[in-house]
Order: sequence, then structure tokens, then C-alpha cells
Amino acid sequence: MMRRGLCAGVVSAPCLAGCTGIQTTLGGAGADDTSFIRLFATFLVVCLIMYVLVVGGLAAALANRKVLTVESGAHHESSPWLRSALIGWTVLVAIGLTGLTVASFFVDRSAAARAKHPQFHVKVIANQWWWDVIYMTPDVSQIVHTANELHLPVGVEAEVQLQSNDVIHSFWVPNLAGKQDLIPGRTTDIQLLPTKVGLYRGQCAEFCGIQHANMALVVTVESKVDFLRWLAQQRRPAFAPATPLELAGYRYVTSRECSSCHNIAGTPASGQIGPDLTHLASRRTIAAGTMPMSPGNLYGWVADPQSQKPGNKMPTIGLASNDLHAVVAYLERLK
Amino acid sequence: MKAPAKRKPRKSERVMRDGPDLTGGELEARLEATWSRPKGVIGWLASVDHKEIGRRYIITALAFLAMAGLLALHMRLQLMLPDNDVMTPAEFNEAFTMHGTTMMFLFAVPVMQGVQIYLTPIMVGTRAMAFPRLTAFSYYMYLFGGLFLWAAHYLHFGPDNGWFNYVTLSGPQYGVGKKSDAWAQTITFTEVAALAVAVTLVATILKQRAPGMTLARMPIFVWATLVTSLMVIFSMPAIALVSGLLLSDRLVGTQFFNPAEHGDPLLYQHLFWFFGHPEVYIIFLPATGFVSEIVATFSRRTIFGYPIVVLSLVGTGILAFGLWVHHMFATGLPRVGYSFYTAASMSVSIPTGLQIFCWIATIWEGRPRLQVPMLYVIGFIITFVIGGLSGVMIAAVPLDLQVHDTYFIVAHFHYVLIGGAVFPLLGAITYWFPKSTGRMMSEAWGKIGFWIIFLGFQLAFFPMHIAGLMGMPRRVYTYPAGMGLELPNMLSTIGSFVVGFAVALFVANMVLSFWRGLPAGPDPWDAPSLEWATSSPPAWYNFAHIPAVESRTPLWDSKDDFPVVQGLRVDDRELLMTTVISASPDIREPSATPSIWPFVSAVAVAVSFIGSIFSPWALVVGMIPVAIALTAWFWPKLPGPYAEPQIT
Amino acid sequence: MSRPPAFTEDVSGLPDHAFSYRSMTWWGVIGFMVIEGTFFALMIAAYFFLMSNEQHWAPEPIDPPGLVAGSLFTLILLLSEIPNTMVKRAATAMDLPKVRRLLPVMVAIGAVLLVIRGFEFNSLHVLWYSNAYGSVIWGLLLLHTTHVLTDWGDTVVLSVLMWTPHGETPRRFVDTDENALYWRFVWLAWIPIYVLIYWVPRMFR
Repeated sequence: MMRRGLCAGVVSAPCLAGCTGIQTTLGGAGADDTSFIRLFATFLVVCLIMYVLVVGGLAAALANRKVLTVESGAHHESSPWLRSALIGWTVLVAIGLTGLTVASFFVDRSAAARAKHPQFHVKVIANQWWWDVIYMTPDVSQIVHTANELHLPVGVEAEVQLQSNDVIHSFWVPNLAGKQDLIPGRTTDIQLLPTKVGLYRGQCAEFCGIQHANMALVVTVESKVDFLRWLAQQRRPAFAPATPLELAGYRYVTSRECSSCHNIAGTPASGQIGPDLTHLASRRTIAAGTMPMSPGNLYGWVADPQSQKPGNKMPTIGLASNDLHAVVAYLERLK
Repeated sequence: MKAPAKRKPRKSERVMRDGPDLTGGELEARLEATWSRPKGVIGWLASVDHKEIGRRYIITALAFLAMAGLLALHMRLQLMLPDNDVMTPAEFNEAFTMHGTTMMFLFAVPVMQGVQIYLTPIMVGTRAMAFPRLTAFSYYMYLFGGLFLWAAHYLHFGPDNGWFNYVTLSGPQYGVGKKSDAWAQTITFTEVAALAVAVTLVATILKQRAPGMTLARMPIFVWATLVTSLMVIFSMPAIALVSGLLLSDRLVGTQFFNPAEHGDPLLYQHLFWFFGHPEVYIIFLPATGFVSEIVATFSRRTIFGYPIVVLSLVGTGILAFGLWVHHMFATGLPRVGYSFYTAASMSVSIPTGLQIFCWIATIWEGRPRLQVPMLYVIGFIITFVIGGLSGVMIAAVPLDLQVHDTYFIVAHFHYVLIGGAVFPLLGAITYWFPKSTGRMMSEAWGKIGFWIIFLGFQLAFFPMHIAGLMGMPRRVYTYPAGMGLELPNMLSTIGSFVVGFAVALFVANMVLSFWRGLPAGPDPWDAPSLEWATSSPPAWYNFAHIPAVESRTPLWDSKDDFPVVQGLRVDDRELLMTTVISASPDIREPSATPSIWPFVSAVAVAVSFIGSIFSPWALVVGMIPVAIALTAWFWPKLPGPYAEPQIT
Repeated sequence: MSRPPAFTEDVSGLPDHAFSYRSMTWWGVIGFMVIEGTFFALMIAAYFFLMSNEQHWAPEPIDPPGLVAGSLFTLILLLSEIPNTMVKRAATAMDLPKVRRLLPVMVAIGAVLLVIRGFEFNSLHVLWYSNAYGSVIWGLLLLHTTHVLTDWGDTVVLSVLMWTPHGETPRRFVDTDENALYWRFVWLAWIPIYVLIYWVPRMFR
């Protein structure tokens, strides 16, 4: 896997400019993450104090060169103040731990209270090794289906329903909030309240098989206006092919192997096994964050997905060269 | 009453007993003849001597430590750079699984049990373990389980789903091949071994202590052994059950974990962690026992707050069973329930905090000698407490939800396991090496090795806290560039090689000192407990006369003589059973002689277990040779011509 | 050793065998009972955990297990405590002829129970691979069966031993006493399992 060159591309690509901090618990771009940072800082201070006390006590004990007047310490009486110190230490530890526990409860409680009124609903279904993302609406014709990306309006409480089609995964966008597992046979949920516009990266955080390391998703937090515009664009069916090459690609994709797994809205391709491709070219990465979206990468992926992400569920078909050009040209049309 | 009447043996009979008439060199020669084992391969396989079996456990465990350590170094090479290709994803996933499984099941618990097997009889003043053949059988079960796992790994059906092997990835639908079965069956071997040893240790500690060694006079290490053995008894059935249920789902089609047929993947997690949490205290508490023994000896005073330390051990052991859900905070269970586990997880640090106070108080009150075992104790306190405090952090649900399944957790558990168990273990090996071999380890190289491992460890694992906070999940074979993860990973890789070097140095010290170390007498450290009254290494029979004890520090009581009891048989294996609380002499108990049947039984069981992952009938058919071997094992020999029966 | 021994007491007059908690093997038997009891308790916890996911238990449309075989087994098992206590008392009294007569009775009862157990498996009305309910009740029944089987095997070996010259050594009476103790664990453990397999699925239809 020769992706070192691609990584340089990732860094320079404007979409993911400023990579440092796109997937960090210290980003503070969501309400839950902000309270995490505050709580962590509190714990850190208290724990540091306790640590200094322990190591300080040890150092003092080692330095305390007592001259024993009695041979070998079998029946040596201990200093009377040690008993009081023991009690004091126990009380101090108990108070410290109680304080930290109470702080933790308060954060938990306030997060739960805040999360009681989500303003819209998204469903994320995890698969080996990609994310199926569905924006729910009461009107079925308005449902938006995308993959490996999430757009969220800033300042709006979103509830994300989490399910799994196969094994246990974990949904984790550290800049916004903590993680939540997706467990087959159960529905869990997580509430996200993004507070800063930006691009973030999430990653599966529960080992789910051979390509667990390459199951990321791109989270775009944007203004309400931008979000609604994006949602409207996503609702449109796929763009029709505009050139002969794209038409040839369209024909291949909708009639051959691709259509048995993938869905492209407004075309005969309606497979439900793999990611929805209707607006593939508008996404920032390919194959759940395995590589950034670009024509070259798209070629590499479609030509031989197994060499790009060994063990993943998309087989290497071995397209003939002109079919490959046509397919990629069509896929790039799917903005 | 129809049993043969007991007669007082007369001097003219050949029943010889120790006492003022039979002591010194002549006694030792006769005891040696009675308690030694036949030479040769069969004799070696048939050994029931706890010192031999304990040594085998420790050496085998250290070998597995090395193998798992090499896997770690290989993984660190892969993670040294982003998007690296030193290992394929499949190789990496197998590596972290084998690393964790080997460290937890084939190193950490067995090495602690091995030291417990070695030390318990000589610390409580008896000649053998309560069930010597069962102990021998346990070692073979452990060895065969470990060999089986690594054979599976080399034959490409070794596990690759993490050391906890969660369903549904490990289940029949997604866990293709025999990898999960190899994992589950290895567990079966090791937990049978661990449970058998635990029962033996409890029986030995409760019923074979030297006269006068009341529960309140036992060495702290013996208390730690008692508590951990009880914890093993109550927690290991959970892992036995869950691995059995997994095998059953995979091999005969049960639906315990299949959500499509009324099963539940979370059942697996609950059962696994009900075992998994006490497991880490099973590893940690014996280490605290080491620390208490070393601190007392090297501070030259008895441990401060003995009752507090004992109650802390017991308290930790009990509390440990109420925490397991803190491994499941991200699974979506009711938040109200989680609060209980946060509080419980926080409170378990109170007893440990008390122990730490007592150790530091002992050092304060004493005159500490900073020799190698004591250095490891200091390294332990400095390192373990960091791990304990990061544990306090992750007990809080909002904090855990961010750092769960990231390198922050990897940092936490290595701090508590290496800092909290391996450092004391290295100190303990250095401390008891002279007792076991009759030679001292090199003090100079020990000091050098300590500093290298201590500093190397911090370099390797501290940056992992940062990597986790900066978004690096666990169990990933690579990570993208540009997320700030390059520096922590590079530092960790360098540090891990330093640690590897230090471990190699320690082992080299052990090997070279075994051949050429300074000769050691029975008590080179001027220590208080009974094991230092035996020769170095101890004779087959441990003590020429069973000691009698009047305090917690018998060897510090009097330097002039050594109180003992008399009257045990010399021509036959006999040891003394005492009462549970006050240790007054109660029964003269025959002790089992060497036998090949534990080995044969272990082979039969191994064949049956390994066969069963290919066909469930292997269990049924395989039980026949097992039953035969067990019957031969327990079949008694007829009593000899003397009034008292001899045991086989 | 450098220090000369100072003899405090003479233990040669102590007995070389004893019953109950003064016997070493008693502790082994208790230890294994605790392990197996914990195993059962966890399996029972799994039963309740799986049940908590369900609206109906047994899940529809499965019928609960038939009562005849299981209740017959329970009846005979509980009644077997009578000869079991007789064996136990004979053992502690070291009454060899009585032990030699009673042990084969326990062997016969065990054989009958194992046969009835076979019918029980047949009357569960669900297979182990159908769903988790079937898996867990088969699992409980199978676990208990292994206990009955191993104790029965032990009793067979012990019966044979008692009819050989080995029967005259005191230690064999201790073994017999402990074997009878283990039988008590076998029926005590059965009581909650009987309720869980046969009665609870009738209560939550």
C-alpha cells in the first residue's frame, strides 16, 4: 500500500486543510466534547495533586534516615501520629473521589437534560467497513441516503440512531462527543450538538475485522443555510451522463456488477448491499476515509479495491481499460 | 467400629519419626530419601514437588512473556510511521490478539500462580502443597494450552479478534475458520489449570500452616495468595462459561449470542467482564503481596498497619466483583445503572490507597536499603499510581466515552499491569532468586537494568495517553499522517525497544547469575519470614522439622534457636495439618508421591479438548481415556505392614 | 540451618485421617463445589438475562417442556437422599459391610436417573439450535447431567474399591463420606434448575 504520497496530498488538499485537530478529543467543537475537556481538566488537577502527595510522601520516607535504637524492626512501635495520618489520608482520598464522582454525575446529568429535545434525526447503520447514513424525514420520498459522511448544522441538537448490520462497531467523532457502540440486534443513540463550524473526522472505535483501521467518516459542521442547501442537493436524483464516455460508464454501472450492490437514485442501479453512490463525487474521501477523493484515487479504487483496502467486501472485478475509464468518468459526474 | 485399631508404634518398629533422637544430618538424609523423586525423564514428568512445578510455571511464563513481547516490538515497528507496511492488516490483527491473549492468560496469571506455588508451602512452614498431583496436572494443562495457541498461530488459525474476542465478530457467521475456536479452547486449558491451583492454594493455606501461625500471623504474601485464589474460584467460571458458550454457538449451532434468534451479544460482554475485571486484580494483588514482603525486609521493620493491609486485600478482592460494567460504558445500557459502576470503580482505589500509605509508612519508620528489589518497589509506586489515577479518570462515564477503545486505555492498562505487576515481579524474582538457586543476582546489573526498564517504560507508554486524546483508536494497524500522531508513536516505538532490551538484560542476569552469581546462604537479606529458614535452594522436604511460630516475623524473634515440632514420620511422606484459625496441630496427613498419571491425564484431556474444536464428538469419546487416566491417578496403593496406612 | 531446633510439642499421637473439615480432600471437594456452583449461578444469570429481552418466555410458539420426565427425575433424586444419608452415616461410623451394601444401591439409582434424564432431553419441546431459549435450557440440563454423570462414575469406582481389600483402610471411608456430600450438591443444585427449566416457562406465557 503506497499511500505515503497520497498522504501528502491529503495534507495539501483544501478540503482537509489543517489536518491537525480534525480527530481529537481536545477540539471542543461540540457541547459534549467541551464538557469533556472541562471535566478532564478538573480530574487532571485533582489527580496531579494526589500524585504529588504520594510521590512526595515516598521521597520523604526514603530521605527520613531514622536511627533505630532497637535491633531488627520486629517489635518496633510505630510513631503515634502515623495513625492519625492514615485516617487523614483515607478521608482525603474519600473526599477527593466523592468530589470527582459528583462532578462526573453533574456532567452526565446536564448532557442528558440537554439531549432531551433533538431537532432532527439521522440514522447511521454500520457495516464492515463503511457507514450507511440516512437522514430521516416523515415523508419517505425526502429521505437522504449517503455514506461515510455526515453533515450537521451548527448549534442544532441532532439525534443519531445507531444500528449495525453485522458486528459491533463504535461511532466516534471526538471533536464533537464521546463514542457509542453500534450493536447488532439493538438500536442505540447519541446526541450531537456541534458548536463550531468545520471539518472533522470520525472513526470506528470497536474492532470490527480486518479493515477496522480504515472505517472513518467525514463530518461537516456548517451553517443552517449551508446544511439545508446540501440536504436539498442530496435529495436530487443522480446527474445524467453528459458525454459519450460518461454514458458508456452509466450503461456499465447500471447493468453490470456494480448495480447488484450499489444504489444510484434515479437509475436502474438499486443494490442495497454497498454504499449509496448517488452523490459519490461530492464526498471528500473514498472507501470510508481510506483515501481522499480524486480522479486518480477513484481509478485506483475501482480498478482494484482489494489492493487499496485488502479484505474489504468490494471484489476486484478486473475491468477492461476502456470500461474503467468510462466508469470513472461516470462516477465523477455523480456530484 | 470395624477399622483396624491404632497402636502406638514401638521403638522396635520401622516407623521413624523426627525429634531429639533423630535430627541433624541423619534426619536430613532420610528425609531426602523419602521426599526426592526418581531421576530421568519419567521422574521429571512425574514430579509433584511444588518448588519444581513453581519454577516450571515461572520459566514457561517468562518464555511466553518474551514471545508476546516480540510481537509487541513488531507491532511498534508497524506503528512507528503512519501508513506503514511492515505488517499486513491480517498479521497485525493476529499480533495484537496473540500479544494480549498470551500476556493475560499465558504470562500474567501463570507467573503469579507459579510464584505462589513455589513460595506458599515454604512461607507457611510445610513440606508440600495440599494436592501435589493436581498441581502437577495444572502445569501440564497450562503448558499444553499455551503450546496449542501458538501452534494455531503458526499454522494460521490463531485468533485475530482481540484478546476479548467479542461476538458477533467471533461468532459462527463472521468468525470464519477455526481462529475463534483456538482462542476459546486455549482459555479452557488455562482456566482449568488456574482453578485447580487456586483450590490447592486455599487448602494449603487454610490447613497446612505451621503450628502457631494463626491467620493474623500469616505473611502478607500468603494473605494475597488466599484472596486471589478465592477470586480465581469465583471469577474464572465466568470465562469458562462464556468461552464454552461461544464454542457451542460455533460448533453445535446454539444461539446464545445471535440477536436474530433471541440471543444477545451483550451477554458475552457481561460474562466476559464479570471475569475480566477481577482478572486484573488477580494479577495485581499478588504483586502487592510482593511489595509488602520486600518493603518489610528492606526497611528492616515489620509492615506498618498489618490489619489494614489485610483488610485492603480482602476489600479489593470483594469490590473487584462489582465493577465490570465500566468496560461497557459505550454499549448503550441505562445511564442510571452506569452511575453505580462509576461510584464502585472509584471506591476500589481506597483500599489500594491505604496499602500505599502503609508501605510508605513502613519505609518512613524503618531504615530502607536501596537494593534492587527495593528499587523495583519504588518504580512500582511511581508508575502504578499514574495508572491508578488514569483509572480514576476513566471510571467517570463522560471521560470514558471519549477515551474508551483508544490508546489512552492502552496506556492506562500498561501502567497498571507493567507498573503494578511486572515491576514488583522483577523485584520479587531478584529477592527470591537466591532462595531458589543458592546464588545472588548481580546487584550492579540489576540496578542498571532497573533504570533502563523504568525510564524505557515511561518513554514507551506515556505518549500513548496523548495519542489516545488526539484521536488514535485501539487495534488499528495504521493511522493517517497529519493528525499529530507521528511523534507519540515514534516515541512509543523507541521506548518499547528500550524496554525489550531491559527485559533481555534481566533474563541474562538471571541466567549468568545462576551459573556464576555470588553464593547465597539461607537468609542473605536478613528477612523475617519462614522460607528464609530453609537452605538455599530448599531441600526436597523444605524443613527438617516442621517449624512452630509465635509471631508475624519468626526469623526476627530469636537468633539463638528455631522452635519446631517433632513426631512426623520420616520414612513416609507425611506433613502436618493444623486448624483453620488458630493453627493448632490436628492431623498427620500423608502426602502424594510422584506419579506419571497427572501427565497422562493432561495429555488425554488435551487431545479431547483440541479434538473437540474439529468435532464435538471428540469430547464424548475423549472422556473415556480421561476417565481411565483419572482412575489410575486416584487408585490407592494397599497399606504396608505397619499400623498406619501409607498413601500412594 | 544454623540455628539449633527447639522442640515445642510432639505430634506423633495425632490421628492420620479425619472426616469433614478436618480432612484435606473435603476442602478439595468444597472447592470444586464452589466452582461448579458459581458456574451454575452464572448460567442461571444468563437465563434471566436472555429472558429479560423477551415478551414471552418460552418465546412463542414454543411449548414449555413436558413435566413428566423432569418431575419423575426430581422425585427420585430427592428421595435418593435417604440412602445417601445412610451411606454417609455408615462411612463416618466406618461400618464396612453397610457401606458395601449401600454403595451399589446408589449406583443403581444413578443409572435409573441417567436413563430418565435421557427422556427429559426428549421432552423439552425445543432443540438447542433453534433459538437462545432452547440453547439456555439445554445448556442448564446438560451441565447438570455432567454433574450426575461424574458423581455416578465416582460412586461406581468407589463401590468397586470398597469390595477390595482397599475398603478396609480408614481413608476410603473418608472418600465415601465426601462422595455422599457431593451427591447432596447434585440434588441441591437441581432444585433451582428444575424450576427454571420446567416451571418458569409456564409462568410467563
